[in-house]
Amino acid sequence: MGVRVQTADFDLSREVKQLIGGRTDVGAIVTFTGTVRDEAKGQPITAMALEHYPGMTEAELERVEADARQRWPLQATLIIHRYGELKPGDNIVLVVTASAHRQAAFEAAEFLMDYLKTRAPFWKKETPAEGESHWVDARESDDAAAERWKS
Amino acid sequence: MTKILYFAWVREKVGKAEETLALPANVTTVAELVAWLVARGPEYAEAFAKPEIVRAAIDKSHVKISASVRGAREIAFFPPVSGG
Repeated sequence: MGVRVQTADFDLSREVKQLIGGRTDVGAIVTFTGTVRDEAKGQPITAMALEHYPGMTEAELERVEADARQRWPLQATLIIHRYGELKPGDNIVLVVTASAHRQAAFEAAEFLMDYLKTRAPFWKKETPAEGESHWVDARESDDAAAERWKS
Repeated sequence: MTKILYFAWVREKVGKAEETLALPANVTTVAELVAWLVARGPEYAEAFAKPEIVRAAIDKSHVKISASVRGAREIAFFPPVSGG
């Protein structure tokens, strides 16, 4: 259980080790890492700035995490989301889910990412190799991805 | 007094990250607050030029534009979120 919003990078294996510890009842651990791409709509980008709403971000991530834990039998969950100045290749987000069996861990990880993208108050601003930096529009495909969990 | 926060391009267009305002009694919903802000100056008019795009939160929870602002301590306006 845990939500962290930070500027610092994270280390996947260290986070998993810390989260699971010496537990032997866990049968499946799924991790998702989102990273900064070096292009957007065919244009090379050199940097990405992430702004967020301190306080609300943590509250939304905790709500999303609580939803997941109600839907699936999860033994542990972790969400880390970075903000501030990032470069292509940098980590943005880490989601970890642990369960006795893989299906719950896979599904919950996907659910957490889908909901996080439509609910957590983050905004991305990209700096292209040429021209002015611009805010990234929310994607309709993200809304559709979150919507499918409502059925 | 109510704290009003702005994020991302809404913040850039309004020209400030936050302000504390005394809302008049006839401003009872988020939609009415937007209309009242727009009348305050061209920077607000530009930020809310497409009001259907701007999202709102009251006391750190997402709300619809029809939500009541009565008793709100903190109201935030921002573009659709794009994290992850």
